[in-house]
Amino acid sequence: MNAVLINLLYIASSILFIFGIKMLGSADTARRGNRLSSIGMLVAVVATLMYLGLDWGMVVGGIALGAIIGAVASIRVKMTGMPELVALFNGVGGLASLFVGAAEYVKLRDNGTAEYLVQLQAQSGVVVPGWFVMVAIGLTVLIGGVTFTGSLVAYGKLSGKLSGTPTLFPGQKALSFLVTAAALVGIVLMSLGTDNQTAFVAGLILVVLALALGILMTLPIGGGDMPVVISLLNSLSGVAASMAGFIILNNVLVVAGCLVGASGIILTMIMCKSMNRTIANVLFSGFGATTQAAGEVQGEMKASSAEDAFYVLEAAQSVVFIPGYGMAVAQAQHVVKELAGILENNGAEVRFAIHPVAGRMPGHMNVLLAEADVPFEQLCEMDQVNPIIGTVDVAIVIGANDVVNPAALNDPGSPIYGMPIINAHEAKTVYCLKRGKGAGFSGLENALFFGENTRMLYGDAKATVTAVVAQFGK
Amino acid sequence: MELAPLLLLLFAFTLSIFLGFELIAKVPSQLHTPLMSGANAISGITIVGALLALNMGESPAAKWFGFAAVVLATINVVGGYMVTDRMLAMFKKKDTSGKGEPKA
Repeated sequence: MNAVLINLLYIASSILFIFGIKMLGSADTARRGNRLSSIGMLVAVVATLMYLGLDWGMVVGGIALGAIIGAVASIRVKMTGMPELVALFNGVGGLASLFVGAAEYVKLRDNGTAEYLVQLQAQSGVVVPGWFVMVAIGLTVLIGGVTFTGSLVAYGKLSGKLSGTPTLFPGQKALSFLVTAAALVGIVLMSLGTDNQTAFVAGLILVVLALALGILMTLPIGGGDMPVVISLLNSLSGVAASMAGFIILNNVLVVAGCLVGASGIILTMIMCKSMNRTIANVLFSGFGATTQAAGEVQGEMKASSAEDAFYVLEAAQSVVFIPGYGMAVAQAQHVVKELAGILENNGAEVRFAIHPVAGRMPGHMNVLLAEADVPFEQLCEMDQVNPIIGTVDVAIVIGANDVVNPAALNDPGSPIYGMPIINAHEAKTVYCLKRGKGAGFSGLENALFFGENTRMLYGDAKATVTAVVAQFGK
Repeated sequence: MELAPLLLLLFAFTLSIFLGFELIAKVPSQLHTPLMSGANAISGITIVGALLALNMGESPAAKWFGFAAVVLATINVVGGYMVTDRMLAMFKKKDTSGKGEPKA
């Protein structure tokens, strides 16, 4: 009876997750969706606590400790630190799954395979062979470990503790391939050995290989490709949970983990498509490691001043802001919002055009601008803005580079050729805020900066926008 | 050996993949970050597996692994949901007086 009730609650919890994710997909319902999904989680936890014989001291202690750490981290984080926090949470989830795998393996080794399988059947109602459990444990450890160290490297790159440039060395791909192959051999040995010594050694080696593979996979990836990496790690943390579900044969773990895995993969594919690259290219090419020879541009960049920008902006009827990672680095979102407000009061129509891969995680710019109280309606997707950009008086590019590089449209020799961009160069006047004259993440020169109608505003984005705002105050 | 229950689990697994694809395919890019961090919180479902490892009869080693997993998964769950909620509170519409959560 108890088991039936628990499983019915698990089904209810799965339904709440599904509706929660569904509602997260629309602005009006997203917040309720997130809360619905959190209720689903609560139901799943409560149902699990109905199993008899749990060590309540450890249960309560563990949940209390985790809840405090999680709550403090989520309250204290600044929105500019969001990509790092998401990376850390991904890593923590991966490590949790790895530990679940470890705990189950220790149980199996303590009790012997036969006894473990009997207990497993009593708990789950499902009969499985020993090798199946070992394969599930192996995959959980492998994917959980990769997620953990991969997320740590991503965290290091996002927070600036590690260099954002791709780290490449000869034979990197071959080494990754070998490590993956060795890890799979380890899983086979584990499944053949189950509770014997060979399986134990293979398991230990597997943990080391998994942790190494996570580092090997993420080190060669540059800072600008982080949106892809974060979505991929997000997916992997779900898959790891799903695999853990196959160890203990628990349907809510399998279903919920799988939903996260699938949604992460979709996001990853959207990110890749937004850069016109394949996932393999992002993972293995070390894009941006070297300054490319292609993309030589004729002409000169015309420097301008805040005063000049003020006169043009004052007369503008429509203005589009195009933010990029530079805005996040300068933390310029609040002063940008202030300028947008002034322009609106001045009678201009203001929009923000946001490229899907601008910043370091999917939707990064939206979060920053929402924090600065920019209304949701002003945040436009690339496809909404491009058709009307020819009628826009002023486009202000703030710390974005590759996502507005016209070479993607008209230079078949360019490495970013074919990538969809925001057509800032079609606006009547373009102001580009940029720290210096160097090339962007891809190492390419940007023809936009040399355009006839483009003016450059050099310096820290926050200082520059503040200066323009000050001009309006005069 | 009775394999039907296991096959049902594999069945649910397969269907969930397609369901996940269907649910996410049409999400506007504005919502990508909250979607990702909300999904991340759901991946903390591994807490169920962690709790089940904390059985009275198990050895200390198994229980400590389970305990570590419970702590980590709870960080993932609680932190993930709270930060997603904080983010979504900021995604306001124009001219709504509804105040979001105070900014930290």
